[in-house]
Amino acid sequence: MRIQIISIIGSLIFTFFILYLIRRKRLKEAYALIWGIMSIFFLILACWVDGLTFVSNLIGIFYAPATLFLVLLLTVILIMIQFSVIISLQVNKIRNLSQELALLKEQLSRLEKDKK
Amino acid sequence: MKTAVIIPCFNEQDTICSVIDDILNNMPENEDRQIVVVNDCSTDNTLAELEKDGRVIILDLPCNLGVGGAVQTGFKYAWKNNFDFAVKLDGDGQHRADCISVLLEVLKNDEADFVIGSRFIDSRKEGFQSTFLRRAGIKFFRLLIELLSGYAPSDPTSGFRAYNRAALKFATLHYPSFDYPEPEEIVLMRKNNFRIKDVFTEMRERQGGVSSISLLKAVYYMFKVGFAILMVASRPREEDSV
Repeated sequence: MRIQIISIIGSLIFTFFILYLIRRKRLKEAYALIWGIMSIFFLILACWVDGLTFVSNLIGIFYAPATLFLVLLLTVILIMIQFSVIISLQVNKIRNLSQELALLKEQLSRLEKDKK
Repeated sequence: MKTAVIIPCFNEQDTICSVIDDILNNMPENEDRQIVVVNDCSTDNTLAELEKDGRVIILDLPCNLGVGGAVQTGFKYAWKNNFDFAVKLDGDGQHRADCISVLLEVLKNDEADFVIGSRFIDSRKEGFQSTFLRRAGIKFFRLLIELLSGYAPSDPTSGFRAYNRAALKFATLHYPSFDYPEPEEIVLMRKNNFRIKDVFTEMRERQGGVSSISLLKAVYYMFKVGFAILMVASRPREEDSV
């Protein structure tokens, strides 16, 4: 009983922390999707005591806590992949911006030379 | 006919001016060639040397992008300023400026869209032939590229290349923008139906600076480039291919 109360409080804190970050515009909604799913997952498991055992039996895992670790690990891997994708997109944007800046710098120095 | 001679450079303070001299001294009188140097955020006095020189267009990148990104900046400049051709050569002096005309000749005769200066095409074995390890790598890439694209480049890692306007436009959008783009680019261009041709150009040993590929980096190079080639080959044609 005690562990259930703790986990419900814990997952509520987690959910509200994510929502708080989105409200304060510290976290983009588009990137918060996986975090949101994760917090809902925590909340369901915290409220539904036999849920973990039920899911474990369903997929054939004998040791119920292992299911929890499996889901956590998969979620973390998904989030890391999402980060890699975002980083790659940003590298492209930085490249284009740098190139544009170099071209503009050249144009500016040419205009200044013409003025003199 | 306007040609942009694009030189990407990163820390080439000792050689860049002699490379520029070489190009200007070997410029045929009836040709309009403009040298465009892309400074990839050098940490030495490259930029100061270039500004002192004053005979070239300087594109000064605010952060280091690697060869691919630097070269692409030059392509964008050449495309925007309506150059008919672009030639790309290295800033370390291994590509001979008197061979630029050889590359351009192929483009002017419309025999190809994209020309690669190759040191291996001729059995004469003149000029610098590179080290054993590098030659082994080159053989590997030649085989891999032939397997995937049906075209066997005689010198797949050569950075001495020329582009007509169609190839130039394509490169402004799709040039492999990371490190070591050369072998990958051949597969990309071929895949998108550009006509490629190798011509013999003599090469020198680098005049200064260190090769961007040390022995330690060689393994990384093989994997990265090999993988990139496979990926390029597996992608569909770009929408704006010819």
